[in-house]
Amino acid sequence: MIWNEHIECMNRDELREIQSKRLCETVERVYYNVPFYRKKMQELGLEPGDIKGIQDLSKLPFTTKQDLRDNYPFNLFAVPMSDIVRVHASSGTTGKPTVVGYTRRDLSSWSEVVARSLHCAGVGKNDRIQIAYGYGLFTGGLGIHYGAEKVGATVIPISGGNTKKQLNLMKDFESTVIACTPSYALYLAEAMEEQGIDRSKLKLKTGIFGAEPWTDNMRKEIESKLDIKAMDIYGLSEVMGPGVACECSYQNGLHISEDHFIPETIDSTTLKNVDKGSEGELVFTTITKEALPILRYRTRDLTVLNYDKCECGRTMVRMQKCRGRSDDMLIIRGVNVFPSQIESVLLEMSETKPHYLLIVDRKNNLDTLEIWVEVHEAFFSDEIRKLENLTKKITHEIQSTLGINVKVKLVEPKTIERSEGKAKRIVDRRNLV
Amino acid sequence: MIIKQLSVFLENKSGRLSDVTEALSENGINISALSVADTSEYGILRLIVGRPEKAYELLKNLGFSVSLTDVICLIIPNESGTLYKAIKVLASNGVSIEYMYAYAMNGDASVIMKVSEVNKAIETLTENDVELAKASEICN
Repeated sequence: MIWNEHIECMNRDELREIQSKRLCETVERVYYNVPFYRKKMQELGLEPGDIKGIQDLSKLPFTTKQDLRDNYPFNLFAVPMSDIVRVHASSGTTGKPTVVGYTRRDLSSWSEVVARSLHCAGVGKNDRIQIAYGYGLFTGGLGIHYGAEKVGATVIPISGGNTKKQLNLMKDFESTVIACTPSYALYLAEAMEEQGIDRSKLKLKTGIFGAEPWTDNMRKEIESKLDIKAMDIYGLSEVMGPGVACECSYQNGLHISEDHFIPETIDSTTLKNVDKGSEGELVFTTITKEALPILRYRTRDLTVLNYDKCECGRTMVRMQKCRGRSDDMLIIRGVNVFPSQIESVLLEMSETKPHYLLIVDRKNNLDTLEIWVEVHEAFFSDEIRKLENLTKKITHEIQSTLGINVKVKLVEPKTIERSEGKAKRIVDRRNLV
Repeated sequence: MIIKQLSVFLENKSGRLSDVTEALSENGINISALSVADTSEYGILRLIVGRPEKAYELLKNLGFSVSLTDVICLIIPNESGTLYKAIKVLASNGVSIEYMYAYAMNGDASVIMKVSEVNKAIETLTENDVELAKASEICN
């Protein structure tokens, strides 16, 4: 099933022309409407006329997540607020979330790319799609929602959580597709087993999984436990939301909607483009967005781009399933977590030292985060109650900052390994690579 | 009357208790009483030792989290009803017990207590004929 065959199977030279034209329009738009980009381009001695097409892409400045934070909330918008019809925001784990906006046309492009993604994954108008991504400021739920409506599927907008109800509706409404994080899919499979739900009574055939990194082994596990085809969907709010790329039935890389987003892969240190077929940090330039056009956004996700024509017939470039990150960001149950956020919470507490270790694991298919904290000698008490209260206080502070459950463990001072160079703050036992 | 108890924070991992006792042993510090309060993650070792200040410095220099806490030690006849009598005195005077540990041998029993108000506890217990150990008697 190909949603937009004309575009998705387009001759690559023709595609390049479209990209070039749209890139020039975007550069012009940001230069004249977004002071941040005008300043950045002027610093580089660039004028809109210097960008004549996609061949000039690498002359443009990069955009980082920090740039979005610095321009919180709306300063990167290229249209007046009266044209903004929707905003979404990232989890905002460090005080300031990254806010993204959409015009009516942006929402329509977003639905288009999600529709392509769903068709790519084999989902169409005869399907009943249970959307178990969170609805709200997070782009996952509503992003998939509108695309699913566009392809004409029957949407079951249940949002995340409430496992028992998920299973009941899956059975009663005869859902054929489940859209959620891959770890939640495994959780559902277990709950199904525990509650003695007969898989053969369900109509489920496909899963649309994203918002967190997952491995091929995890795919095999989901596919065998739920007896479905598990498809990887990719996206990020800064670029659009879910639907930037999606796997096709060959499950050999995710097709990127290149007529909306131009991908590049760069070396995170030199910032130069890597050779074809090499792994690099994925960078996106949006070329149709009106509200929040973004130049060369550094996703920090590491991947390889494959420009070969796919057996499915699509000519759109494929990105390899993301396997890692070029920074220390952790994705825990779909939430972005930076160790520095935990550090700042600890630094504000007099009872602890800013020495900590994050132990990330996946237990019963759910990500867990354990934080080891050194107790300050001066605060050490011989009363268990006081130490337990301290544990509770730290847990509470960190949970309210990150928005996820964590387990805090107090350890003796000076027992967390010190290092001369970059501190090792994370032990990731999830084994995702 | 006030006894300095040494408290040590211990992670639940093998060898930590051994490290503490080794350090005390090498410096000739005798342990008169001890108790370990444990949680799933860590424990608190409470010790009555000869030369508590010296032991405190020693363990602190070894990187342990240590503290000195004021506690009292009741000496009560090793027979029924005597502990009740002592505790009742504290309760009726509004002194609460944070924790306690005890040992009984031969004639008397010793009960080490961390209480909310040490001085008030000493005063009321003495007035009510509950014998208290002196630091010099127990820290040796």
